[in-house]
Amino acid sequence: MICLSDVKPGKKARIVRVGIGGPAGRRYREMGLVRGENIRLIRVAPLGDPIEIELKGYNLSLRKKEADLIIVEVME
Amino acid sequence: MKRRAKIALAGNPNVGKTVIFNELTGSRQHVGNWPGVTVEKKSGKYTYRGMEIEVVDLPGTYSLSPYSIDEKIARDYIAEERPDAVVNIIDASNIERNLYLTVQLLEAGANVVIGLNMMDEAEAKGMEIDAKRLSEILKAPVIPMVAVKGIGFKELKDAIYEEITRHEKHRHMTVGYGKGVEKAIVSLEEDIEKCPSLRKYKNRWMAIKLLEGDKEVVKKVKGAGCERIIKRAESIREELEKRLDDGLETYFADKRYEFVDDVLGVVLVKGKGVWTFSDMLDKVVTHKIFGIPIFLSMMWAMFQFTFAVAVPFMDAIDIGFSWLADSVRAGVSNPALASLLADGIISGIGSVLIFLPNIFLLFFVLSLLEDSGYLSRAAFVMDKAMYRIGLQGKSFVPMLLGFGCNVPAIMSTRTIEDRKDRLITILVNPLMSCSARLPVYILFAGAFFVGIEGSVIFTMYLMGILLAVTMALLLRKVFFKGKPSPLIMEMPSYKMPTLKSSAIHMWENGSMFLKKAGTIIFFGVIIIWFLSTYPGGPGSDIETSYVAAIGHWVQPIFAPLGWDWKAAIALVFGFVAKEIVVGAYGTFYGIGDADEGNATLRSELQNAFTPVSAYAYMAFVLIYVPCLATIATIKAETGSWKWTLFAVGYMMGLAYIVALVITVVGHFLGFA
Repeated sequence: MICLSDVKPGKKARIVRVGIGGPAGRRYREMGLVRGENIRLIRVAPLGDPIEIELKGYNLSLRKKEADLIIVEVME
Repeated sequence: MKRRAKIALAGNPNVGKTVIFNELTGSRQHVGNWPGVTVEKKSGKYTYRGMEIEVVDLPGTYSLSPYSIDEKIARDYIAEERPDAVVNIIDASNIERNLYLTVQLLEAGANVVIGLNMMDEAEAKGMEIDAKRLSEILKAPVIPMVAVKGIGFKELKDAIYEEITRHEKHRHMTVGYGKGVEKAIVSLEEDIEKCPSLRKYKNRWMAIKLLEGDKEVVKKVKGAGCERIIKRAESIREELEKRLDDGLETYFADKRYEFVDDVLGVVLVKGKGVWTFSDMLDKVVTHKIFGIPIFLSMMWAMFQFTFAVAVPFMDAIDIGFSWLADSVRAGVSNPALASLLADGIISGIGSVLIFLPNIFLLFFVLSLLEDSGYLSRAAFVMDKAMYRIGLQGKSFVPMLLGFGCNVPAIMSTRTIEDRKDRLITILVNPLMSCSARLPVYILFAGAFFVGIEGSVIFTMYLMGILLAVTMALLLRKVFFKGKPSPLIMEMPSYKMPTLKSSAIHMWENGSMFLKKAGTIIFFGVIIIWFLSTYPGGPGSDIETSYVAAIGHWVQPIFAPLGWDWKAAIALVFGFVAKEIVVGAYGTFYGIGDADEGNATLRSELQNAFTPVSAYAYMAFVLIYVPCLATIATIKAETGSWKWTLFAVGYMMGLAYIVALVITVVGHFLGFA
């Protein structure tokens, strides 16, 4: 299991834990970052941050700082 | 039967809600504010089958949690105003996440009519959605639409009409939360039923919110004098949470998504991940190497369009109003009245209108960039750099526009959703050196730094950027405790912007500026006219005016910087607009029509300033009070006099400190 921020572009992963609390955590959940959700890392921004992922059929970008707190398991 | 009804439009951002609102209401729109906040409230009307229907466009939100002002507004409106119908616009190509809001709307007891928009994009993605099945499951009408092509409006209007006029109450679909939690909900519902002042809410919704520990709802229940219910809800929650890994709030969210998953399992056939045009475009626009150059060229084009295209229009306004003022001066025999009309009122109106070309053009391009989806990519590309200085990706556009004019720049912060990020971007924006300050730099650099004018002027721009960065970091630390809020930004697929939407957007923002900032600018100009004309009256020497008195009065403050009273007065005038500083100097030295290249003016200045005091003066002009129009815009956009005065205050203080440092260091280094 690794952090979402360590997933390589193009790879798919399943969310194991979203370790973000408070109102921000609620926002991440509402946007679909919930346990068991399958995501795909699409790209990293030209400057190295933020990252863009695909989940629930749409694309979302978030900073590595938060992606560090999201634990995933990479799927083959 | 009812002849009037009220409906609300709800939906996620980027689902085409604005297009649908415009199409429904046409020109019968009204833009105002939601009570007590600076969020825009758009409403409009249309008549259908003889019924007048008022449409309120709720802010675009992803959910109905009360953590952002937008969501709170949408939620309070739905839960308390109880409109006759809530039209929930869904992006069909993104149905999974969109249905989360739908579930919450149904839970809040809204009479939901679903507009399943962007069906063409869903099809292009290879998705098949069974709208009829979806309607049966949700127990709400579902209308497939392609709003940009005008498809589905007739059906939508019919469905809305039927929902409003429906006689029998129908049972709404409810998400089941599992045995234990359901028991808790039902028992809380009974308690809520007994509290008469909560009658306007839907009991089940209220019960769920109390179990979630929703602070806003808890406040409302307290306000209704039913504290007992809160205590019960809390003890039930503690009891239930013992059996859960995460909190009850997470549990509810998970269950809602589970429900959405189940529904989609029945009504949706997913595509095979078709490679879309949007994906291809993204490959280029956010490319590792080309991403930033593309971004910079887009910004350059935007800047040029906003400011270069505006020049002839601004010149026309300028010439027109000068002509009008001259005609009045020539035609009105009473000098006091002529001066009031020409230099007060006409010049006041001119000062407001001169901004319109910029504002119209800016909002036109901004709306193209936003509607097309590029603005999110721009923010994605620039976020890291802006985050470093305590801001975020979307702050870049306003900062850049500041080099042209701070007024449209500050208005463009509306694209920033986060309030704190937006406020900081507004507060530091005037430090970006706008084009009106350039004549002052050219005048002084030309008089004191012959041969190196360009470099000296460049240092002004650089100083502005550095101060903006410093202040952004400082403001974040002092007022907003630490880091920018986390980024969680949807990257919508690219869409063809529509001319109609962009034109409406442009018109709305232009008229908003006239209404909100226009009056402040207009009266400000008249006040300054009065102060510079009286007590002597029109035609009297400017040195006998109130402005001169103010200049003499404040001059001692500037004595340490080596500036005379003329410099001080010019600064008072610069309060109206920075370019007036040059004109004011022309008046002092009796040079009619002085511009920044005037040789006489330059030699007069050389007697009044030293290179050091001149450089300090340039820096002061850069930093001190932004012009009247900018102040008016800060007030209009923040909705707060407190922040407006703060902006003015900090910039004056900062200007003085910087000028003083320049003076002291300059003398120390042995420059005269």
